[in-house]
Amino acid sequence: MEILKTYKLYIGGQFPRTESGRSYQIQSASGQAIANACLGSKKDIRNAVQAARKAQASWAAKSAFNRSQIIYRIAEMLETRKGQFIEELVLLGHSNATAVAEVQSSIDRCIYYAGWADKYQALSSSVNPVSSPHFNFSVPEPMGVIGVVACQETALIGLISQILPLIVGGNSVVVIANTTKALCAISFAEVLATSDVPGGVVNILTGEVAEMLPTLAGHMDVNALSLAKIKDHLSRNAQEAAIDNLKRCQLYNLDYFDSKNQGLHFITDFQEIKTTWHPIEQIAGGTAGY
Amino acid sequence: MVQLKDQYELFINGQWQAPKAKKYFATINPSDESHLSNIAWATEADVDLAVKSARNAYENVWSKLSGAERGKYLFRIARLMQEKARELAVLETLDGGKPIKESRDIDIPLACNHFFYYAGWADKLQEAFAGQQIESLGVAGQITPWNFPLLMLAWKIAPALACGNTVVLKPAETTSLTALKFAEICQEAGLPAGVVNIITGYGDTGAALVVHPDVNKIAFTGSTAVGKQIQKACIGTDKKLTLELGGKSANIILEDAAIDQAVEGVINAIFYNQGHVCCAGSRLYVQESISAQVIEKLKFRLQSIYVGNPLDKNTDIGAINSKKQLETIEKYISLGREEGAEIYQPACQLPSKGYYCLPTLFTDVAQSARIAQEEIFGPVLAIQTFRTIDEVLQKANNSPYGLAAGVWTDKGARIFGLSSQLRAGVVWANTYNKFDPASPFGGYKESGFGREGGVHGLSAYLKITN
Amino acid sequence: MQPKYTPQELLVRLKSAPPIDQIGTHERISKIQSRSLKGPAKLHGLRLALSMIDLTTLEGKDTPSKVRQLCFKAQHLHGINPDLPKVAAVCVYPTMVGVAKKALENSTIKVAAVSTAFPSGQAPFEVKKLDTLYALEHGADEIDMVISRGHFLAGEYNYVFDEIAAIKALCGSARLKVIFETAELDSLDQVRRISDLAIAAGANFIKTSTGKIQPAATFPVVLTMLGAIKDHFDKTGQMIGMKPAGGISSAKIALQHLLLVKEVLGEAWLTNEWYRFGASSLANDLLMQYQKQLTGKYQSAAYFSID
Repeated sequence: MEILKTYKLYIGGQFPRTESGRSYQIQSASGQAIANACLGSKKDIRNAVQAARKAQASWAAKSAFNRSQIIYRIAEMLETRKGQFIEELVLLGHSNATAVAEVQSSIDRCIYYAGWADKYQALSSSVNPVSSPHFNFSVPEPMGVIGVVACQETALIGLISQILPLIVGGNSVVVIANTTKALCAISFAEVLATSDVPGGVVNILTGEVAEMLPTLAGHMDVNALSLAKIKDHLSRNAQEAAIDNLKRCQLYNLDYFDSKNQGLHFITDFQEIKTTWHPIEQIAGGTAGY
Repeated sequence: MVQLKDQYELFINGQWQAPKAKKYFATINPSDESHLSNIAWATEADVDLAVKSARNAYENVWSKLSGAERGKYLFRIARLMQEKARELAVLETLDGGKPIKESRDIDIPLACNHFFYYAGWADKLQEAFAGQQIESLGVAGQITPWNFPLLMLAWKIAPALACGNTVVLKPAETTSLTALKFAEICQEAGLPAGVVNIITGYGDTGAALVVHPDVNKIAFTGSTAVGKQIQKACIGTDKKLTLELGGKSANIILEDAAIDQAVEGVINAIFYNQGHVCCAGSRLYVQESISAQVIEKLKFRLQSIYVGNPLDKNTDIGAINSKKQLETIEKYISLGREEGAEIYQPACQLPSKGYYCLPTLFTDVAQSARIAQEEIFGPVLAIQTFRTIDEVLQKANNSPYGLAAGVWTDKGARIFGLSSQLRAGVVWANTYNKFDPASPFGGYKESGFGREGGVHGLSAYLKITN
Repeated sequence: MQPKYTPQELLVRLKSAPPIDQIGTHERISKIQSRSLKGPAKLHGLRLALSMIDLTTLEGKDTPSKVRQLCFKAQHLHGINPDLPKVAAVCVYPTMVGVAKKALENSTIKVAAVSTAFPSGQAPFEVKKLDTLYALEHGADEIDMVISRGHFLAGEYNYVFDEIAAIKALCGSARLKVIFETAELDSLDQVRRISDLAIAAGANFIKTSTGKIQPAATFPVVLTMLGAIKDHFDKTGQMIGMKPAGGISSAKIALQHLLLVKEVLGEAWLTNEWYRFGASSLANDLLMQYQKQLTGKYQSAAYFSID
């Protein structure tokens, strides 16, 4: 007799149950119950945002190189657990071949974004040639805590494609996972937990988008939203709730299997640009050099 | 000095057209409340016409031109602006109230240079986004404020055109004249009809533009409250949006600062342009060990600030832009007194006509005071002391806004330390209120999103995919 | 005026205090913590908690300017909700009492001064006396004194008693809070003993901690102290106030305190006349929770001024 796994939430680096004490069934493609997952609540969102805010500053303060190392490790851990993910995808109704392809693409995408960690800055910053005697430079900075509604069509590749560019850029995230295919999201949380990703940088909640998104979208301490394709009225309400603290909202409706749907702008979509000026002292007799 | 028409029409499709509803409104000179001209009031029908012209110009002309060709038009416009610099400066001062030396030495040159700068980008866009696919957006609807009318117009139109878009722009109702002059310049430059359309009017005109279904991009500079309404109006559309909103920027003097220069920087930060600056350093934080000294110096410096006729070259602080704005500022000054802060204003005779306000300092202000939290948009400075850098960093960031910040210290490592921790889109270290076309400008949090200026200013006007 | 006790009488009194069972105490607390406050009751609780705060700054680096800013915050907790209650008091070092008094001259907020060589209390009695007199001379409405923990742990109960009584005698109309620094005490039994002792010696309020070390106002300690207050009231009809201080960082915890008070002591203690929170960051958390109740949205610290 197997001991079926309990799929819990991932908040602050831990796996708590939902404070609401409720669960829902994840079903296989043929309608069989495969597992119980937590039905996340508003208070879970509240706790997740708290954890995300707490973790964000020190995540952003790590060296870019350090972040790249951690994200490479995610790829390595994902590789190690490939079998588990393939199995879960098959249970959810994919063919073996498709499942293998999705897991492989996911690993590749992790590696891809890991490589960006210490490079996107160079391509999105500038030293600006101002006319006055000032040194002027612009650098990207993470927006902060980002609320994510993960791709509701794919179980793994969408989730990874949405989360990675955000955390590579020093943000922390609160993710509402794919409701019906939540297995891979929580397994991915286990990968994160064993990859040196500090607790709170990624928080993953399972449950109903309709229940959790309003709280996330209205939360005054969330800086931006990344919304995959969901029902129009849910998206609309979320964008309206977001206005109170001027959250930056990005809507994505992409086929993440397409390799062109990864890139620099997915990172810079969640970066602020800060420009700094400082006077340059005009040194007398400045003919040295040329 | 300048030739003012009695009445200005709308600039649509390269021509001056009367507003459909035949309504006009007066624009006055805030320095003496005298009447300047009558401005057309565009209604929905005019907005629609303008957008149609912009769309037509985009589909049939502008999007078919090479970047190099677009660039040449922008160069031409820049050059013509330079040639008419004097006239533009005087118009700006008459219409808005800012001192002539500011419009002449700062607003107009920066506006011209902004066109020069983006002219050069027009044929190099792909290189700015190497490896990515870029496209122009189409028609951009732009709404500009009354504090830097022509400069904000340049910040909006130059990148939009460089990136291959066409434009419908609505200037602020109290300051339409330089935008209308700019329209004349577009005609003179031979800019194809419909590429730039200027529709004057009040907030309703702007609102009609924002909700127009055939606009692909909205750019707005103004208050946070209106910015939020605009964000709401864009939901469910595919319109790209950038907002440049209010601020309550912290200006921080550490005890090891070059004090006299810092004092000058503070003056510049809050009294430049009558304090009508979204990034004004309106919260001063001075380290307690030097606070008495700094405040004394500030008070002394206020004695040599001249408030008066904006057309006088010696004037430092000109007229407040409108009666409404003056009332708002006075309301906050009263509030500051009520809140128990100590007020200081230099003795100064203000003109009997026109809208004027004395430069004002409030000392002994607390973080919880409303005058330290809410944007006043006038020559009023709220001064607080702090003890440690930790404390001032927390307090500087303890705001819904995040537009700019100032840091005054002589220690290099500290400059970098502070500037990296301040949550603001622009950090001025040992300087303040400096602008340049090559320098990206914009806010964090409720000060808005998106950047204007520099290479980063291009992304607002392009669709970027992989 | 409190009755004087001979050392033997005092010992007898103290011995008659019941022993405290730690586990039982914890169980009672769990029951309180499982209560749920919602809607109007929660709003009421948040407002009540706000009105009970002694807004505190006790830093070596405090300056008059800092204290003035704190006093402003005390009077203006949250600009967009001007009809919120004011805090009960500000709590500062004696050297800052004059500044605070002046800054609060147009309000009913009290000025409490820590004294008697706060926080350690390790100083000759003469110093403690001067400390207290200085604060009183500059207008302190309340004195928060510390007990001599060393003497207490050495069993010198009379010494501790006399010290409290002597400071009380200086206070006049000012109310005296006696700080136990429970983190330095050994057991809940000791907490009960010092509570009885301080009450007998003339304390108007008994207070858990200086806030300088952890753990500070834990629930078992608070419950124990409330028990002493209740027993004293039952015997004499006299009310004594309670001030937990330190470690009350969230609105949730503050509300649990109120629930505890209501069930153990009764409604009469649910005013800032008899209950205070020694806290600094609690105020903003209460405000954030209050705003959340009003708008339905969780809040961000950037919207609440810090002081």
